[in-house]
Amino acid sequence: MSGFVSRGFTGRRRTPEELADRLPPGQYSEPGFPVLTAGPTPFVDTDRWAFGINGMVGEERRLSWREFHELPFETVPCDIHCVTKWSKLGTKFGGVSVDVLLEGVDPQGAFAMAYSYGGYTTNLPLADLTGSKAWVVTEHEGEPLPQTHGGPARLLVPHLYFWKSAKWVAGLRVLDHDEPGFWEQNGYHKRGDPWREERYWSD
Amino acid sequence: MVGLTPVEQRAPGQWQIATVSGVKQETPRVKSFRIELPMWMPHLPGQHYDVRLTAPDGYRAQRSYSVASSPLDEGGVELTIDRLDDGEVSPYFHDVMVEGDRVEMRGPFASYFVWRGEAPALLVGGGSGVVPLMAMLRHRRRATPELAMRLVYSVRSADDVIYADELGDDTLLTFTREMPEGWAGHTGRIDASLIAEMAADADIAFVCGSNAFVETAVGLLLETGIRPSRIRTERFGPSG
Repeated sequence: MSGFVSRGFTGRRRTPEELADRLPPGQYSEPGFPVLTAGPTPFVDTDRWAFGINGMVGEERRLSWREFHELPFETVPCDIHCVTKWSKLGTKFGGVSVDVLLEGVDPQGAFAMAYSYGGYTTNLPLADLTGSKAWVVTEHEGEPLPQTHGGPARLLVPHLYFWKSAKWVAGLRVLDHDEPGFWEQNGYHKRGDPWREERYWSD
Repeated sequence: MVGLTPVEQRAPGQWQIATVSGVKQETPRVKSFRIELPMWMPHLPGQHYDVRLTAPDGYRAQRSYSVASSPLDEGGVELTIDRLDDGEVSPYFHDVMVEGDRVEMRGPFASYFVWRGEAPALLVGGGSGVVPLMAMLRHRRRATPELAMRLVYSVRSADDVIYADELGDDTLLTFTREMPEGWAGHTGRIDASLIAEMAADADIAFVCGSNAFVETAVGLLLETGIRPSRIRTERFGPSG
């Protein structure tokens, strides 16, 4: 099928050459920050917010909003890639590394289910959450993360498609096996590496 | 559910070369394309296909589009596409594609924003957000007309009404900016009384439109007492 050419198509929205190698296959650069959510936008009061790490762990952890903000806070410059084909290049979040959140937790399994206020879930191997690859973020471009983008806090895993970066994140449940989360049960790939174009079950 | 097309849960991943068999101008900026698929399989109303365009030098662009047709229309799908002026794929469909043209597609995909026969169902669409809802409405009319399903459809003006000749008693249309001459129906944005009346005994709601539209509609639906887990939303990303 590689020989197929679309009659009369030349392409008008090509990415500038200096950015082209930052765009995974099938993606295009989008300057905005679109909102895609499967259901109602939950409102989470930071007075009641907590982030939990539980499941197969040596020591459970539960952090209040105040305790979370006492942890080392990082600025994370990154590119993000949504499975619906847009990528946002050169954006910036602020939050706490999952490596820091896992300190003293002693995970006993190699997988995790991220879970959110509102019921959303997404599965990730712990290997994709550790090694300075994932954060729980509360800021975007220096401002508090807007509610529609997952505020007060969302997971940020920029090297995977953005549905893995769970909005309104409430915690991580450590598992000894991989288990599909919300979109992973509904047709989307269990890992979601944009550079391998792992969009759907069959990819 | 008797009368509904049985649909297998399988993973349809392969690109196929499809052929445009018909083009219909719905509004000044919206066209519907009937497209025949050599490896067609039935979709669930609400599912989407991915479309891929390839330039002679190998440059490619991909977008996702909701299916507008019922899976009872075998052998292909109808895609209804809004022309976004600064886009790349939608202007190609509008300005270049004619009957007989070929296009690479794969699908159908995603199984959350889909109607599986739940009733009563309320559909709420803003602008071209009506497209996946039309697949649900068309399928219900043909497969299970006895099931209750209603559509609330919000448009700016008469020039924006997609599927104008198919909106029946099950549809409530409201014009937010400019109403057609002699219009005696609803005007203005969707509001609490409109949604409360239409939602009455709804077991499930599907909402599709811009993010602002969806936020408003969901807020109104929650006030009627529908549980959050029974409200499914699809918000436009940019899909130029």
